[in-house]
This record gives sequence, structure tokens and C-alpha cells, in this order.
Amino acid sequence: MTLTVDTPQEQVESIFRRNLASFAQNGLAMGSAIVVLLFVVMAIFAPWIAPHDPNETDLFLRLQPPAWAEGGDWSYLLGCDALGRDILSRIIYGTRISIFIGASVILVATTIGILAGLASGYLRGWVDVVISRIVDILLGFPYLIFAIGLMAMMGPGLVNIILALAYKEWVIPCRVVRGETLATSQLEYVEAARALGASDRHIMLKEILPNILSPVVVVSTIRMAHVIILEASLSFLGLGVQPPTSSWGSMVADGRAFILEAWWVSTFPGLAILLLVLAINVASQGLRDAFDPRFAE
Amino acid sequence: MSFGKLLERLLHLVPVLLGVSIIVFVMMALTPGDPVQIMIGDQAVTAEQEAALRHDLGLDRPVHERFFVFLGNVVQGDFGTSFYHRRPVGEVIAERLPATIELSLVALIVALLTSIPLGVMAAIKKNSVLDRLATVGSLLGVSLPGFWFGILLLMLFAVHLQILPVSGRIGYSSEIEPITHFLLIDTLLRGEFGAFVDALKHILLPAITLGLPMTAILMRVTRTSMLEVLRQDYVTFAEAKGLSRRRVLFRHALKNALIPTVTVAAIETGSLLGGNMIVETVFGWPGLGRLVVESIFLRNYPLVQAAVLFYAVTYVLLNFVADMLYTFLNPRVKL
Repeated sequence: MTLTVDTPQEQVESIFRRNLASFAQNGLAMGSAIVVLLFVVMAIFAPWIAPHDPNETDLFLRLQPPAWAEGGDWSYLLGCDALGRDILSRIIYGTRISIFIGASVILVATTIGILAGLASGYLRGWVDVVISRIVDILLGFPYLIFAIGLMAMMGPGLVNIILALAYKEWVIPCRVVRGETLATSQLEYVEAARALGASDRHIMLKEILPNILSPVVVVSTIRMAHVIILEASLSFLGLGVQPPTSSWGSMVADGRAFILEAWWVSTFPGLAILLLVLAINVASQGLRDAFDPRFAE
Repeated sequence: MSFGKLLERLLHLVPVLLGVSIIVFVMMALTPGDPVQIMIGDQAVTAEQEAALRHDLGLDRPVHERFFVFLGNVVQGDFGTSFYHRRPVGEVIAERLPATIELSLVALIVALLTSIPLGVMAAIKKNSVLDRLATVGSLLGVSLPGFWFGILLLMLFAVHLQILPVSGRIGYSSEIEPITHFLLIDTLLRGEFGAFVDALKHILLPAITLGLPMTAILMRVTRTSMLEVLRQDYVTFAEAKGLSRRRVLFRHALKNALIPTVTVAAIETGSLLGGNMIVETVFGWPGLGRLVVESIFLRNYPLVQAAVLFYAVTYVLLNFVADMLYTFLNPRVKL
């Protein structure tokens, strides 16, 4: 008889695979994940998918209705805006901005949050005190107001918007990682690694981190939907990505002046935000149910 | 909670508020553009006059000194002068504040009045069509961008059906002499019922838009908490005693189920602060949120600085109240 013992790394991988299989069985969550994937594909291949140049203006096409409405044209499926730009093409290109900003903010914030949370939860002492106080202070600001203040300071722009959102976003993964690290650092395998003389860096990054990644991934996915709405809100207020770059939030703002005669200018970009955010929210709920049994009903 | 614990929690607020003030100060100190040049604008002034103005504003002092002057002034309620209004910032903010507070309170009431009955019904009729609709509704509520939802409501009720106004707090024909500056209260105090209905019509759409995410969250919390309570032994015991279903639900279960709802509502009231900038912009609501957005474009930095600080301090205090409320309502919880 042969006795096989899984290494901790193999155990983590098998738990991960089991959770992933459980996620795959949730039809609604999988469907939503596919919708998110389609948006990502649309963002990557925007130049090939978009029927027109998103910034090409044609005043003869000003406020042209959607194809199925009276006066519509099938080459401009969702109609045109006040400058005669194709709304569908602008929505397709706008996907790039929403997804790029959402993913960048989450990537930057999660990386900082993981490092700060690990240091705070494992090293404790003054490191924990300093990081926890910074987190408390940043949590003292309503998110949008903090971002608006920073955007006023830094001025509009793609990089600035990512920084303005990431400055506060990192506290969320940081709190999750700190809590998980506090619990995990008391477990036997961490004690064993310490007894074997492993460095703090090795213990944090190689022993603790792989075992606490699941809740971080779940939280980051949930937060991505929130970040996309925040970016759209900043763009709507005129503090986000600047014209002529198409952003869903600024497209909705552009259409505000024409709600009496051209409902489509604001409606379709808003619908795109709703669809993407809803899909991310449903998929992340499925992830949470699969990866964190405490939430599964 | 003992007085000592309360004092300890209050003391915890001091470093947070100090940190918030430092961040707000640094934010505005690093903002590009010279405040003196912004104030002077196109006026022809001599170098001496410019230097005198710089000295009056304290901008010729080192940054750390300016911070302590700023902090000292803030503690005394002096937030500087609004470049655009040429009046004290505190005065301008105080004028706009009642509109924002009134809108936030009505949004809170709308959220509570819709989320609690829906959450309770969804829990009682678990897995029914109503429950599923409530779940979908709450997901939509947190996924809808507020600015877009507001525009949709405007298109439907103000443009197509024409039953509600597009913007503002009250119609010109209904304007009254303010008493408390809360129009819904003032119109009633003056006995102007027609003006009250007009003010109510104006606030309805902004309040629904602002309260929507909160409604969605509170509905989920109420549903989950009600389901939890309905599983408890004392509810089974009350039913076994032969009490009517209605009495068990409203006298025994609901009282306990609402504890998390109340505390989450207190926390979420803080998040209304962020939302009102968007909603006030969409509906042309003359409140503080819209003033801040306008001030950013006018480079009216003293006002932005004071408003961001005001929002942050209010947010910290609301979270503190939520913490206290949670401990008060749940004696088992020790903070």
C-alpha cells in the first residue's frame, strides 16, 4: 500500500479547483462571468468591432435616432450624439476606459492592500499601529468626495483618475488581508515555518499569502463593480477622462441637455454601465458563495 | 456602554479627525494654481498690493505654519473667504446646507419606508416570486449608476408624463419666506399646503434616486436578519403557544430583526453624503453637493476644502453614531 500525502501547496490547489467547480455549477454566475468576458473582448478588439471612428463628427447626423426608430439608419444602430458621432462605436471604445480603469485601480489597490495588510497583520507592533491609523483616517472620507478632492488637486486625466481611486481603494483589501493574516499566523504550519528559521518575508509571501488569496479575490471582484460606477460618476461630473475620449459617464452627461428630443444619447451608455456592473456583481456573488462557504445559503 | 467607554471611543476620533484635516489641507495646498492670482483675476494690481494680499491670506508663511493657522481657524468656524462669492465660506455653506440635509433625510425616509416592508415580505415568503423579485431589485439597486437612474426618472416623470418638475426645490409661484430653511417644514408652518405639495413634488425624484442604493442594501439586510430571527427558538415557542402569525411576526420577530437594519441605515446615511453631489447635479438641486462641483470648476478652493472637511467630519461622526447605536441595540456586543 502506498500512502500519498498532499503538500500544503497541492492542498491549496485542490481546494481552489473544488471552489472553481462549485462556481461553474452556478448557471447565473457563469452566465454573468461570460457577459463580463464579452465586455473584455469588446474592449480589446474595439478597433475591429466598432463600425465607425468614435470621434468622427458629422453634423448632418446630429442626434440621429436609433436604427429602428423613425429617421434611423442601420449603419448607426444606436443613433448619433449632438456632434453626429456614432453612439455604438463610442460605447464600444468606452468599454476600454471603464475596464482599464476598473482593472488598474483594483490591481494597484489590491497589491498595496495585500502588502500593507500582510505587514500589519503579521509584523504587528508599530507597523500595525501606523497602517491601521492610516486606514482609519482614509475610511473617514466618503469615497466619492475623497476622489473629487483629489481630482480637483491633480486635474483630470486617465492616470490621475486611477490614482485618485486607488488612494482610498487599497484600504479595503488591506483590512481583509490584515484580518485573515492575524488568524492564519497563529496556525501550526506558520509556527513550523518560523521554527525552521524562515524569514518574515518568506512566511508572509510564501506561507500565509497563498492561503488567504480566496477572500481577497472575491472582495476585489466585488469592488471592481464599485470602482467602475465611481469612474463613471467622476466622468459624469466632468472630472474624469476628458473629451474627445469616450467614457460612458461623460456620454450620459452629454445627453442630459437633449433628454427632451434625443433620449438615446444618455440611455444607451447608461445601459452599458448597468449591464457590466450587474454582471460583475452577480458573478462576484457566485464567486463569494463558492469560495466562502459562510455566505452560501 | 459605560461613560468611560464612550469617552474612550470619542478620544479615538481625535487622531482620525486630525488626520482627515491634514489630508484635506495637503490636498488643497498641492492644488495647482496660485490662490492670489485666482482672486486677482483680470484686475490690475501692483506688486505691493499682490504681496499684501498674499500676506493677508497667510500664503507667505511656511506650509507647517499655514496648517496650524488653518486648523486654528477651522476650530473657530473660520474657513476663509470664497473667491467666487467674496463672502466667508462658512456663510455660503450654511446657506446651501438645509437643502442637502432635507434631501438626505427624505431619501433616508424613502429608503426605510420601502426597504423594511419589502425585506420583511421577502423573508416571510422566502423563495416566492416576490422574494425573487426583491432579490433582483436589490441587485439592480446597487448596480444602477445614480446619475443615469436620475435621468431616466426625469425622462419618464418630468418629460413624458409631465407630472413632476425637472429641477429646483420649489416653483417660483410657491416660494415662501423661510423659517427653518427646510422647505417641507416651512411650507407647513406657513399653512401653505399648495406650496408643500409643490416642494414635495420637487424633492421626490432626487430623494428616490439618492435613496435607491440604500434601499437595496437595507432590503437585503432586513431579509437576511428576518430569516435569521424566524429560525430562533423563541419564535417557534411563540407560535407553539398559539399566538397569531401576525402577532408573532410584528410583536416578536420584527423588533429584533430590525436591529441590524437600524445600524446599517446609520452607516449608510454617511454614504448619502457622497451621492448627493451626483443627484444635486442631475436635478439642479441647490444644495452643498452641487456647490462643491461648481466650485471645483471655478477653482474656488477654500470652499472645496471646507466642504470636503465638512463632509469627512460628518461622515466620521455618523459612523461613530452607528457604532454607538449598534452597541446600544445589541448589549451583547462589546466595542
